Amino acid sequence: MESGAPKKDRWAAGVTPYAEMGYWDADYEPKDTDVLCAFRVTPQDGVDAIEAAAAVAGESSTATWTVVWTDRLTPHEHYQAKAYSCEEVPGTPGQYIAKIAYDIDLFEEGSVANLTSSIIGNVFGFKALKALRLEDMRIPVSYLRTFQGPPHGIVMEREYLDKFGRPLLGATTKPKLGLSAKNYGRVVYEALRGGLDFTKDDENINSQPFMRWRDRYIHAIEAVNRASAVTGEVKGHYMNVTAATMEDMYERAEFAKEIGSVIIMMDLTVGYTAMQSMSKWARRNGLILHLHRAGHGTYTRQKTHGVSFRVIAKWCRMIGVDHIHAGTVVGKLEGDPSMIRGYYDVCRQRFNKANPETGLYFDQDWASLAAVMPVASGGIHAGQMHQLLHYLGEDVVLQFGGGTIGHPMGIAAGATANRVGVEAMIKARNEGRDYYSEGPDILLEAAKGCPELGAALEVWKDITFDFESTDTPDTVATPTTSR
Amino acid sequence: MRITQGTFSYLDDLTDEEIEAQISYAISNNWAIMVEYTDDPHPRNALWDMWNAPEFDLEPGDADVAMRDVAACREAYPNHYIKVVCYDSSLGRQTSALSFIVNRPSEEPGFRLERQEKADRQIRYTLQPYAVKDPIGRRYGNKGDLAVTRDPAAGQNATPGRDSANAGRDGRSPNGSSSP
Repeated sequence: MESGAPKKDRWAAGVTPYAEMGYWDADYEPKDTDVLCAFRVTPQDGVDAIEAAAAVAGESSTATWTVVWTDRLTPHEHYQAKAYSCEEVPGTPGQYIAKIAYDIDLFEEGSVANLTSSIIGNVFGFKALKALRLEDMRIPVSYLRTFQGPPHGIVMEREYLDKFGRPLLGATTKPKLGLSAKNYGRVVYEALRGGLDFTKDDENINSQPFMRWRDRYIHAIEAVNRASAVTGEVKGHYMNVTAATMEDMYERAEFAKEIGSVIIMMDLTVGYTAMQSMSKWARRNGLILHLHRAGHGTYTRQKTHGVSFRVIAKWCRMIGVDHIHAGTVVGKLEGDPSMIRGYYDVCRQRFNKANPETGLYFDQDWASLAAVMPVASGGIHAGQMHQLLHYLGEDVVLQFGGGTIGHPMGIAAGATANRVGVEAMIKARNEGRDYYSEGPDILLEAAKGCPELGAALEVWKDITFDFESTDTPDTVATPTTSR
Repeated sequence: MRITQGTFSYLDDLTDEEIEAQISYAISNNWAIMVEYTDDPHPRNALWDMWNAPEFDLEPGDADVAMRDVAACREAYPNHYIKVVCYDSSLGRQTSALSFIVNRPSEEPGFRLERQEKADRQIRYTLQPYAVKDPIGRRYGNKGDLAVTRDPAAGQNATPGRDSANAGRDGRSPNGSSSP
């Protein structure tokens, strides 16, 4: 940073390095009320890492590219974000983890839209950086308490559904596009009566020419009630209220409530403001709110650029959703086991301890904000039940779409296979068996009394999705195979 | 039909040994054990009657204490639904951690789904167990003669259910046992 030229005065017109303008302060001690961020910074060749970190701090708070005298009309040091740490990633030359502190006064109370506009608003296109990734964020309790959080949370959801001690089971209706409303209702009914707790609209099922939303809701709720009657259980179908306008979303949500649905869903694509509006609506009206993270892979997957999903999960817990898709480890979509552990911890724990293995850079106290039920969906089947329980635990919705509807004996049989599989695995675990290594045997034993499970194990026995993860922890090499 | 509420309803009915294993697991997690029964299995019936006060503070090896509750409840209500509820009072949970049916009526007629047609193709649904057409205590083949006297030493007075000796359950007057 130090050049031979005489140092420019801080306030002289022109360009002063960000680090010299106060956006770098190695001695800064973060306050309990600061928002803290960990960025993975990849500076352009020849750009000093500390200056790059300071630039990120500057551009995500008060700075612009040149000195402005109007800073002097403010107690600017208060409003400046401060990069206070910048360390090279071990074994990865050219990448740095920069930690930046933001005073809480920079953010509007209870607004994730404002928080994100500040933190990720401008800096990701910054020319001096090759790439930038927001790895983690510590939200101070004082700011967290300005958010509603999940409308219900895991505990209330379980009491509402009267289902305890096992993962919930769901399925996304397939084919996701093209079914008429009546046929759609058929799939919902078969899956629910067979033993699933939930079925789900897919993210892209909104209100298309082949099936309008109202017709779908009416047939789905018939299926839900019929399935309740033949099982004696509370059942639900996530009615997707994603629509072009907020007014349309409210209209669909109101209708779902009116016909007695216990749950609605929305897609991440509707945006943070719409999500937060629906969250308040769901709290007011008593419907569980499911979130499909549609589109997140465009900015969460690459390790060097974008926003880590653990940050998205934090924002969603603040915004307030009851369910969020958070990965399967063993299924068809991206998911390193320790990274996914971190996402699940963010959703479910009261307090996250910083843990480099799971990508958590900061301690996070959740201040009694309710827990979010993570949802595992995409390429999972009954034969993986021991792995799913091992990696994902008990407070999770396991969604077997193809793994229910694609069952050789039919949809209800597929649902039964999944339900018997999960109950057998929970029973074995509680009995003290080493269910992870004995998993295949436990399933085979259970299949003796359940041909549906036997058929599921047979048809999907060789199915694994064994690809290398793109997003992995820096500290530990983790195999993605879950066998 | 078979009501599939509870954690293990898709498996064969649990044997006493298997029930005890689940209770031992619950005790190892410091969960309290409750036994609850009902003859109204509507899925929204969140308040099954408590057989007695929750068994708090059970030590490893005390599963038989809870098993005695199960046995006594079954003896009193052989043709009711009975479930074991394991309760986690830890901060942030404060709710049931596990819940499974350990007794059911020999015959389960299931539920009637009633539809009331409204305007605009909407339907108002109502679910009723067929059994609830009869009064409490006279369902599932019961004849209303289930007045139960329980051991006063067991401390059930803390939670008098509708079956308590004082409550005159099943339309009968208490059978003479005075509450201590």
